[in-house]
Amino acid sequence: MPQRLTEPGILTALRLSLETATIATGVCLVLGVPLAWMLARVEFPARRFVRALVTVPLVLPPVVGGVALLLVFGRRGLVGEWLDSAFGVTLPFTTAGVVVAEAFVAMPFLVIAVEGALRGSDARYEEAAATLGAGRWTTFRRVTLPLIAPGVAAGAVLCWARALGEFGATITFAGNFPGRTQTMPLAVYLALEQDVDAAIVLSLLLLVVSVVILAALRDKWVAA
Amino acid sequence: MRKLLLGVAMAAVLTVAACGDGDTNDAPAGSTAAASSTAVTGKLTVLAAASLTETFNQIGKDFETANPGVDVTFSYGGSSGLAQQINSGAPADVFAAASPATMKTVTDAGNANGEPVTFVKNQLVIAVPKANPKNIKGLSDLAIPAIKVALCAEQVPCGAAAKTALASANVKITPVTQEQDVKAALSKVQLGEVDAALVYRTDANAAKNNVDAIEFPESASAINNYPIVTLKDAPNPAAATAFVTYVQSEPAMKVLTDAGFQKP
Amino acid sequence: MSLDARIVVRRAGFTLDLELSAAPGEVVALLGPNGAGKTTALRALAGLVGMADGHIALDGVRLDRTPPEHRRIGVVFQDYLLFPHLNALDNVAFGPRCRHVPRKQAREQAREWLDRVGLAEHVRKKPRQLSGGQAQRVALARALAAEPKLLLLDEPLAALDARTRLDTRAQLRGHLSSFPGATVLVTHDPLDALMLADRLIIVEDGRIVQIGDAATITAQPRTDYVARLVGLNLYRGHADGTDVALTSDFSIVTATPQQGDVFVAFRPSAVALYPTRPDGSPRNTWPARVTMVSRHGDALRIELDGPIAVAADVTPAAAVQLDLAPGREVWAGLKATETTTYPAG
Repeated sequence: MPQRLTEPGILTALRLSLETATIATGVCLVLGVPLAWMLARVEFPARRFVRALVTVPLVLPPVVGGVALLLVFGRRGLVGEWLDSAFGVTLPFTTAGVVVAEAFVAMPFLVIAVEGALRGSDARYEEAAATLGAGRWTTFRRVTLPLIAPGVAAGAVLCWARALGEFGATITFAGNFPGRTQTMPLAVYLALEQDVDAAIVLSLLLLVVSVVILAALRDKWVAA
Repeated sequence: MRKLLLGVAMAAVLTVAACGDGDTNDAPAGSTAAASSTAVTGKLTVLAAASLTETFNQIGKDFETANPGVDVTFSYGGSSGLAQQINSGAPADVFAAASPATMKTVTDAGNANGEPVTFVKNQLVIAVPKANPKNIKGLSDLAIPAIKVALCAEQVPCGAAAKTALASANVKITPVTQEQDVKAALSKVQLGEVDAALVYRTDANAAKNNVDAIEFPESASAINNYPIVTLKDAPNPAAATAFVTYVQSEPAMKVLTDAGFQKP
Repeated sequence: MSLDARIVVRRAGFTLDLELSAAPGEVVALLGPNGAGKTTALRALAGLVGMADGHIALDGVRLDRTPPEHRRIGVVFQDYLLFPHLNALDNVAFGPRCRHVPRKQAREQAREWLDRVGLAEHVRKKPRQLSGGQAQRVALARALAAEPKLLLLDEPLAALDARTRLDTRAQLRGHLSSFPGATVLVTHDPLDALMLADRLIIVEDGRIVQIGDAATITAQPRTDYVARLVGLNLYRGHADGTDVALTSDFSIVTATPQQGDVFVAFRPSAVALYPTRPDGSPRNTWPARVTMVSRHGDALRIELDGPIAVAADVTPAAAVQLDLAPGREVWAGLKATETTTYPAG
């Protein structure tokens, strides 16, 4: 068993998983927090629709999410075709594609957590900040964000955990190539085809790493 | 975009059709009555490789017509997954695998009843989008860096076969992805995400509205044999034996070869 | 830094429409019952509520389309809304920081402000560690440190207990008198209004019902609300000389002759109660029935029904003697000289 753990392919998959999950969480934070703020604080006509759209990956089978991503960002997809012809950028089968797939599936966890935190926080603090001369961005950065920090942290941890375990959308959208798009869940799935023991070892490794990191993050950020 | 959507829609239609009677109607059900000598009855459970889905559905119907007392249930899946189920004690009568290696795990575990029989073989082809836009002629074209290729992962039978074929042709290619099964590799071609994929002829045949199949000589070195066997703990051994015999009969063979399989 | 505004806010079933002005250094109190629209008026001034109509001008500059953060209008909220994640110093430094004062300098200014409100030792405390009175002073310091042109106070003392309230009120009065800009104060407590404001604006149901200084309003209330607020019985009637008809078949005699529509006001302690019809002495007597008895300072407040509803204050001894309880029939008497009459025009 220890010998299996040190196989280069395994560590590559584990590292890729940790890296992509972390980057995907970053992407979710950058896109998801402002989105959650909009959903919680700004009245706009399409709000219900946008909220449904954001949360739909939660109920969608991830494989369907992967197909949807291919239809949008694939080589012949709505946006993908333009990306390819304008910048020569293609997302499928790249590490960036893995991040996109993970972010797509994990985003609802962050948005829901942050929107909940925002709805639970008193919007009048933001009004108080405005009367003191703070613009929207300053208010958000110096008042709103610190007030909802525990909610954001909890959302980020959930989001990261979901991204780490992502399988369906990743294998559909980003494919499977060792070192580039083969994350741990994909490696486990393929190991299961050939060698059940190897799959069990990999699963245990992923389980241990996830539990350790989640426990550390929870204690540090969420319990506070 | 419109073309792509059309392709996806067609793929969906194909899948639906495959679950029904597909395009294998030309095996008339009435002509198969003589296949089994003694009529069998009861429930029959067959575990079969996913690549046999369309053909076995048809063969199952024909078999039921020939033996009105039998009710055949199929469970399709990846061969290795099915083998694991059998070895874990899943109650089944017949197992049809997509590779001898997978079958070996069942026979080694002592769960087979007698020796497996190879009933068909399958060969790799190069699947390309309809009309072959990149003008791919053979395996060596897949080594061109601008050509995006999907292979099956080496852990699954079609990936292992592709590896053997490429080695014998002495062609080195870097695929953009190693898919988890042959259908996934094929769908990447159908969606236009890759320019070519090495898939089984039967799979390319099932998707012939969307893809063209290009034969290549080196595939002969990586022929995939499909073994079938009755299982030791079969609840209905008589029907199991009758089914295995029926699969090798002339009418069943026609269904299989029409779908792109070859006789062993 | 004078304020000139007309505030119109429409809600379902409620319209707020008031004109408001305040001179530099002046403290104007908006006084009224709960739900009168005082806080809404304040929020409209600060830009936190949209106006349906009207205007807001500070020193002649129109602000009604300006977002709150550019209005330079400071607000002390009813529950202060100190940022819970910042200590007292950073709460007060928040305003200067938003005007791009460098951090160190902003903190220096904040320290001075906290010193001025007597909280020099509490700069490092988080809001939850401060007492109510301290939090109120931090909120005031925070609003003033942003150097507003207009200061708005929403029920600044309502959240405090009686004792703290007394001290804080006196201090607040001091700080307001040294603030160069105009101040608008919202309260439902007449004592706060009388003590802190130079001018009172009485708001009822979204409208101004009376404007004036403390003396005028206490002497000559123009609505039931104000009268009750200052402890007077108030009636509207039609005067012909010293006779004022309060209803179609009830009139009283007053001391000063008037003509036309008038208000008649008198204190509850001016109403005397008798077991039977008194002879001679008061000019006005009428039969009445007790509806409620309650304590009012050292006296008992007796609410009476009859040709007019009236409140009377009697000593506990007199109450016992008269056997005053709800349902008791008595006679009320009022001397003409105890009434105040002024035009209702």
